[in-house]
Amino acid sequence: MADKVKFELVSPEKLLLSEDVAMVVVPGGEGNFGVLPGHALLISTVRPGIIDVYADDQRNVSQRIFVSGGFAEVTPERCTVLADEALPVGEIDRAATEAEVKEAESRHAGLKDQVARATGDDKSDALAQLRAAERRLAAVQAKLDALRAAAH
Amino acid sequence: MASLKDLRNRIRSVRSTQKITSAMKMVAASRLRRAQEQALAARPYTERMERMLGSLAANLRNQPNAPKLLAGTGSDQTHLLLVATSDRGLAGGFNASILREARRTLRALQRDGKTVKLFTVGRKGRDALRRDNAKLIVESLTEIGRPRLTFANAEDIAGRLVERFEAGEFDTCTVVFNRFKSAISQIVTKQQLIPFAVPEAKEKDKVDTKGAIYTFEPEESEILTELLPRNLAVQIFTALLENAASEQGARMTAMDNATRNAGEMIDRLNITYNRSRQAAITKELIEIISGAEAL
Repeated sequence: MADKVKFELVSPEKLLLSEDVAMVVVPGGEGNFGVLPGHALLISTVRPGIIDVYADDQRNVSQRIFVSGGFAEVTPERCTVLADEALPVGEIDRAATEAEVKEAESRHAGLKDQVARATGDDKSDALAQLRAAERRLAAVQAKLDALRAAAH
Repeated sequence: MASLKDLRNRIRSVRSTQKITSAMKMVAASRLRRAQEQALAARPYTERMERMLGSLAANLRNQPNAPKLLAGTGSDQTHLLLVATSDRGLAGGFNASILREARRTLRALQRDGKTVKLFTVGRKGRDALRRDNAKLIVESLTEIGRPRLTFANAEDIAGRLVERFEAGEFDTCTVVFNRFKSAISQIVTKQQLIPFAVPEAKEKDKVDTKGAIYTFEPEESEILTELLPRNLAVQIFTALLENAASEQGARMTAMDNATRNAGEMIDRLNITYNRSRQAAITKELIEIISGAEAL
């Protein structure tokens, strides 16, 4: 297949990647999906995970990028991923990620306590914080998983 | 007439002021460059977010179950003004122009019998509005984006807004900030955040769908409930970035003017100083000569 699909990866802070590729596999909210040229129109959420970019053919992964969530829009010609946070897998710092996971875990546990104790207005505040902490934990955990998968 | 010593002191003090203003100008210039780069880098995301929302919202706008962030609450009785200013002063008319626009809007809305609430970002806005409209301020944040403005800052503000919106505290929300045009020109801009006004898709951006419709994973309403708060954060982020660049631009221009004025003042003082010195010498000479002649 000679055709290529234009793949763009943007985070709020900058445009990370914009190139023509043979295929990308995106971790969608309801399962991974591969995008080839001529894909049907699709808008999907993105869960924390790895985007695999196949630049030249559909067999060799040329780039693996970790995303912590976001949205994807697919048209027959292009695939745009709006990521919350994105980082090439090779650039993830193992020690830092482990520390992040630990921190997120302890924060999560602490907030759980707080929710159990809080009442009234404080309770909804604490619950919102807890949910944010949960999301954060899931994101950093996925980052660590990405690292483990890459190591194999 | 001021004595020579007074004049000397005066010149010295103006000179040190000039040193400060010219240093501030240079600091502002380098910060401006950074702020501009950041604002530029954030643009692709905003554009694509708008494109995606455009395709989504077109499908959903007129449905009765459209999210409130998009469709509004059906009333426009209570307005929330998000006034974004800077934390530091000495930036020329930067804060004053934002505040003037905010106050004008505030009065216009109150004349129409609407309730107005204020949410201030930045110390200058808070301090100024606290003087005349203290009761209207529902929340104020300072020291946002130090040392560097991140998306998390904007998300935090968006989170607070959504929380208040869902609690039914206001119906529409508008942000007032300075849009960066160039280092010498910033334009005060009002932008409606809630309900979100979907921009008409530009002709070149229009996707030729050939009648096909988007598939949504998960359902479109679910995506929208995630996408809209995120879009709010993006809008705020853009506004804050524009504001940051404008602030530095305004400060740079103001400090450049101040430096030049100080230079002119030093020149004038120097002339006065030299003249009075000359006058004093002449006077002494006359005294000596007339003293000698009297003998």
